[in-house]
Amino acid sequence: MKPILKVQNLSKDFIKSLDLVAKGLNRIGQNYKEEVVHAVDDVNFSIFKGEIVGVVGESGCGKSTLGRMVAGILSPSTGSVEFDSSQANNKETPSALRTQMIFQDPFSSLNPRKRVIDIVTEAPIYHKLITPSEKRAFATEMLQRVGLDPDTLERYPHQFSGGQRQRVGIARALAVSPEFLVCDESIAALDVSIQAQIINLFVDLKDSFDLTYLFISHDIGVIEHISDRVIVMYLGRIVETAPIEAFVKKPNHPYTQALLAGVPRLEVGKRQYEPISGEIPSPLSPPPGCHFHPRCKFAAARCKAEKPALREIAPAHFSSCHLNEEA
Amino acid sequence: MEPILKINNLQTHFFTKAGILKAVDGVSFEIGAGEIVGLVGESGSGKSITGFSVMGLVDPPGKIIDGSINFKGKNLSALSNDQMQNFRGNRIAMIFQDPMMTLNPVLRIETQMIEAIQAHDSGISREDARIRSRDTLGLVGISSPDERLRAYPHQFSGGMRQRVSIAIAMLNRPDLIIADEPTTALDVTIQGQVISEMQKLCRETQTALLWITHDLAVIAGIADRVCVMYAGRIVEQGLVANIIANPMHPYTQGLMGSVPSQNQRGKPLQQINGMVPSMLNLPAGCAFQNRCNYANEKCSKMQPDITQLADSRQVRCFNVPAGQQL
Ligand SMILES: Nc1ncnc2c1ncn2[C@@H]1O[C@H](COP(=O)(O)OP(=O)(O)OP(=O)(O)O)[C@@H](O)[C@H]1O
Ligand SMILES: Nc1ncnc2c1ncn2[C@@H]1O[C@H](COP(=O)(O)OP(=O)(O)O)[C@@H](O)[C@H]1O
Ligand code: SF4
Ligand code: SF4
Ligand SMILES: [Mg+2]
Ligand SMILES: [Mg+2]
Repeated sequence: MKPILKVQNLSKDFIKSLDLVAKGLNRIGQNYKEEVVHAVDDVNFSIFKGEIVGVVGESGCGKSTLGRMVAGILSPSTGSVEFDSSQANNKETPSALRTQMIFQDPFSSLNPRKRVIDIVTEAPIYHKLITPSEKRAFATEMLQRVGLDPDTLERYPHQFSGGQRQRVGIARALAVSPEFLVCDESIAALDVSIQAQIINLFVDLKDSFDLTYLFISHDIGVIEHISDRVIVMYLGRIVETAPIEAFVKKPNHPYTQALLAGVPRLEVGKRQYEPISGEIPSPLSPPPGCHFHPRCKFAAARCKAEKPALREIAPAHFSSCHLNEEA
Repeated sequence: MEPILKINNLQTHFFTKAGILKAVDGVSFEIGAGEIVGLVGESGSGKSITGFSVMGLVDPPGKIIDGSINFKGKNLSALSNDQMQNFRGNRIAMIFQDPMMTLNPVLRIETQMIEAIQAHDSGISREDARIRSRDTLGLVGISSPDERLRAYPHQFSGGMRQRVSIAIAMLNRPDLIIADEPTTALDVTIQGQVISEMQKLCRETQTALLWITHDLAVIAGIADRVCVMYAGRIVEQGLVANIIANPMHPYTQGLMGSVPSQNQRGKPLQQINGMVPSMLNLPAGCAFQNRCNYANEKCSKMQPDITQLADSRQVRCFNVPAGQQL
């Protein structure tokens, strides 16, 4: 079987340009240089149709940057994102729309001056996926499928709660029959009791709309529940990717292990936290060799000098740690 | 032993143009020395306003209209602003979700810490205050504290800033710390570090801690007792271990049931249907009735009172203790 998405040697650098002060100081002899952030650094992976692939990692490790490149709304510095168009759900959908992104804050992505009926039908009408005469019937169906009362068709975004707005955002994304959704912290802004509703909705829609997901979340409990596979990022690089059972039961990379150990768990009950030490290093000057070495309790001399390769340590389970080579 | 904090029937209301909003509506609980109590609930349920009420930080149109807040036997709600000022940052300290609520962006950390000490101890020398500041930074796990003292807040990461604000809260060795979502904005790794420092603090100095969060799993890991809040009221409170093992209020049951790890992978999560009613427009009777699977006619007419149970638990629901079999 061919993957539906293939990401190869994908990188994104952001240049942090000099501010006016630094420019001024340079004119009088100082030597401030532009700094480069390797937000995503030579990433490779594939996703098969119908999979939910979770992405985890600390703030600033490049999850959103990766997601935006996969969704086609940010161009890579180098490398490629390829979709297999032979697996498209709807051949009429323009290729640029086949991947849709769902954000954390549905409010900022919905036009406040448009009614829901127009928000949901604008793109499919523009791209001639439906005719204007089908507008109301189509919008009614879309709202029902995301669990909203069609009575709300004429409402504006501010007349909805956070959870309902997220449903409107999802309806709008699905209206162009995409096959791939990138969800970037799509439940993080919702109330606890609403999060479960939206997670259930994503899973239902996967089956009924034949979707594939890249699901970015800092909530590892949620990732464990819905993903088939997990990608773990650290300072722009993938350090581990594992099928969900292996991720939960046999995480390989010391960073993944530390991350999982820090997750608060209801069933564990009262405990003494023994967290990993140290801060996330600045992405402007990541440590050489293995990026994780300043915080890793297994770090050896080699880790400081040499970048570990991402190796397959079990079927479909990849990890980048020198310990695996010595074993 | 006398508890450090004892709140009884607290009523904090906001008198808004749209009507009276009962942000805190009859809340009662206690915290003993060295004890960690969790206050959990979703956004808007009244957690922060409960904390602000204790700190004397409720601003108009909000007002404490009834109830008592006893701190080591003193009724705080009877104190004048000046007297309250004396307690704040000294005997009682607060940590906010956003550390910049505590930190001043234009002052060095050192200046802020020394001022915080001297505000309550005019006799202490600058040098002694500096040494205490440095040692306290060390306590919350900040390396090379001498150097860090000279820095400005923007030179720190979010996690470090939160640790500095915890250090400031600890400076005067308060008897009570109110921590309002102190780790919500942090990564799990950094959250673990902050929790571990706070646990150590309570153990070693017998500080009482009120930990406010929407994350029941965090509470399960650190608290001795928990209060579950919904629409301005505590609907269930008791020992964390008992409540996690056997939640009795339908809302607590729903909250726990929707935690992913309580569900089988690949199966839909249990979910609480519907949404929180507007606090300005609560139904007569139980505020949870529109989402409750066990609601009956009585629930829509009368507010449930507190039922006291044998395991020192309190539940506000008509169906308890039959609720055990719910
Ligand atoms: N437009 C930009 N210009 C400069 N730097 C950027 C830009 N966007 C992102 N970065 C940097 O790239 C790195 C990765 O950022 P990204 O937003 O992808 O992180 P993330 O993993 O999504 O973090 P979070 O969990 O906080 O959302 C960070 O160091 C960030 O500061
Ligand atoms: N300044 C204010 N004016 C009016 N209502 C307020 C004000 N501050 C808080 N509230 C209301 O009080 C209720 C409780 O708020 P809060 O304690 O901040 O909730 P939580 O901390 O549990 O999220 C909410 O309904 C909120 O909208
Ligand atoms: S390569 Fe070395 S530093 Fe990196 S994770 Fe493995 S043991 Fe730790
Ligand atoms: S009092 Fe009635 S509506 Fe309220 S939680 Fe109990 S059963 Fe449900
Ligand atoms: Mg992001
Ligand atoms: Mg709050």
